[in-house]
Amino acid sequence: MRRTSVRTALLSLVVLLTSTACAGWGGSVGGGGADSINVLMVNNPQMVDLQRLTAEHFTEETGIHVNFTVLPENDVRDKISQEFSSQAGQYDVASLSNFEIPIYARSGWIAPMDPYIAADPAFDQADILPSMAESLKGPDGQIYGQPFYGESSFLMYRADVLQGAGISMPEQPTWQQVADIAARIDGVQPGMAGICLRGQPGWGQVFAPLTTVVNTFGGTWFTQDWQAQVNAPEFREAVQFYVDLVREHGEAGAPQAGFTECLNNMVQGNAAMWYDATSAAGSLEAADSPVRGKIGYAPAPVVETDNAGWLYAWAWGIQAASEKKDAAWRFVSWASSKEYEQLVGEQVGWSDVPAGKRASTYENPQYVAEAAAFAEQTRAAIANADPRNPGVQPRPALGIQFVGIPEFPDLGTQVSQEVSSAIAGLVTVDEALDRGQELADDVAERYRSRAEGDS
Amino acid sequence: MTATLDAPRTAAPRVNPPPRNPAGTLLSILAWVIGVLFVLPVLWMVLTSLHSEENAATNPPSLFAPLTLDGYANFFGAQTGTSPWPALLNSLTASVLSTALVLVLAIPAAYALSIRPVRKWTDVLFFFLSTKMLPVVAGLLPVYLIAQSIGMLDNIWLLIILYTSMNLPIAVWMMRSFLAEVPVEVLEAASIDGCSLPRTLRTVVVPMVLPGIAATSLICFIFSWNELLFARVLTATVAQTAPVFLTGFVTSQGLFLATVCAASVVVSLPVLIAGFAAQDKLVQGLSLGAIK
Repeated sequence: MRRTSVRTALLSLVVLLTSTACAGWGGSVGGGGADSINVLMVNNPQMVDLQRLTAEHFTEETGIHVNFTVLPENDVRDKISQEFSSQAGQYDVASLSNFEIPIYARSGWIAPMDPYIAADPAFDQADILPSMAESLKGPDGQIYGQPFYGESSFLMYRADVLQGAGISMPEQPTWQQVADIAARIDGVQPGMAGICLRGQPGWGQVFAPLTTVVNTFGGTWFTQDWQAQVNAPEFREAVQFYVDLVREHGEAGAPQAGFTECLNNMVQGNAAMWYDATSAAGSLEAADSPVRGKIGYAPAPVVETDNAGWLYAWAWGIQAASEKKDAAWRFVSWASSKEYEQLVGEQVGWSDVPAGKRASTYENPQYVAEAAAFAEQTRAAIANADPRNPGVQPRPALGIQFVGIPEFPDLGTQVSQEVSSAIAGLVTVDEALDRGQELADDVAERYRSRAEGDS
Repeated sequence: MTATLDAPRTAAPRVNPPPRNPAGTLLSILAWVIGVLFVLPVLWMVLTSLHSEENAATNPPSLFAPLTLDGYANFFGAQTGTSPWPALLNSLTASVLSTALVLVLAIPAAYALSIRPVRKWTDVLFFFLSTKMLPVVAGLLPVYLIAQSIGMLDNIWLLIILYTSMNLPIAVWMMRSFLAEVPVEVLEAASIDGCSLPRTLRTVVVPMVLPGIAATSLICFIFSWNELLFARVLTATVAQTAPVFLTGFVTSQGLFLATVCAASVVVSLPVLIAGFAAQDKLVQGLSLGAIK
């Protein structure tokens, strides 16, 4: 009897699984139906809110069911490039950054949005911050992505700590002033470092803030005619400054510290200043944050340029091979709309609004009331960022904290490992950058020979 | 009822504990230390899964922070509204069906390689093994492109077929070594009694090597349940498996440790249950049976 029952159980399990395996379990509500789209996106807090609100509002209003796949940032980049380069058409929409959008547009992997924008005046394209819209254009001048939220970078500092030490932050600090302040307040409270700066390897980790430092010190990765400049004096000076600053007055464990680690340091009172993304301000000023109301915000420190903040956005791109582009646009235009920001403000909280993309956000009294501490500084930082001309010399490709070429993630990550080792004290900055120069020169060489081939 | 049908458990003669000596004590301590070292990360995972995100992220760790089930609530969609059940059921489908297929194919193959060896059976065995020598990742791109062109992307059957073929060589090797221990006399006796080959397999061989089958299915189940590489590349929204779903909680902005630990605990449970279910048979294989 026991044997029979076990056998029956096993058999029924197999039959059950076989019968349902034909369809798979996902997307039970109309999985691949005409009124459903698939969205592949990065797992950031704003996307978590989006997932919940989509089912309750977007699907409710339009009848379009949205199946989400969320993955960590590195995984999602891999998956998106694999999916879009093969034009597999499994996903209609993906979250792409302003680094990928121009490159994908050039390859023809994503669909231009100009026709949809023209037909959809309610979307109000003119409201999108110009620097943001500019960074999401393809080489043909058409718009290929709509920002979900955007950010620049600025300096966050513990106003209470600086005041206690009798220091005032200049309205537009220079890096030298920041280094001096870091030296003076390093350790004024037990365990508090003077400044937190990213040291974790990765083109999007240490090299996001570091490239903006390089820009304002007068350096660049490449000149306009594709000469690598990684061990040029300006680049070297900037990296030496950054490495010295973080080694002398930076956070503990700097070679492994990225955005999250610095955020934790700041929240837990282990750092007095932090130069990073403007989007961090929302977390620092969150209702349950112990440092809420104690933070001051200053523009990104400069040396030779007027502005130094970066420009970054998570945006939506529609796959060229998608067969449901109309439904995809309805989703994109909803997620990037003013109404969605209003919805998040009312249902989740105004500090969680995916901001940094629309001028109207910064005129919304409810948002400004909540984000008064940092709203204007954020808007100004984004508006002042110039993705075409971020340094003292003309650039060969779009981008402030990155170089807008497909080779940059590899190149930046390899060089970042050297820089991270320099922060750990394992190699000198000169050694690190000499190796970086070789790598950068390999890339530059390809573009030089391509340019020669064209002429 | 069930008790009477069970294999007659003759009370094994009690073995007296060996006399204590310093080397033995030392060995026991060592075994305990190693055991604790192995279990510690798992306990840590369980503990972290019961902490709040803020307490899970502190350094030094807050061991005695208040316990909460928020991590589990998040895993079951409290924040995103996305249920993990489709992914869990996809994993179950892929693992159970591929394991069943592997067994159906591996047992006859192993029979033909041990009890009634075919010609050049050593070459055949080596051929099976050689398929495992290619790094899995090397086959990834071709598999992806083929799946794309035949429209099998994001289809759970593709994973079932892949997992079956990935686990088959291991299963054949394992089953071969178990079958090789079946005494020829028993099979001769069966054939003298007029037992046909399928019947011999079903009523004589399979019951005798049940512990081996349990071990093999457990291994295959674990391998396919935990497989991430192919699942991540080949599935999208419909056929997504649990490990892929689990990685979705990792984020570069914000805290996630407690939720990921909770997700890991839940995703590990089926493997643990399968392990316990097979344990009975595995232990039988060690302690009694005609083959020992």
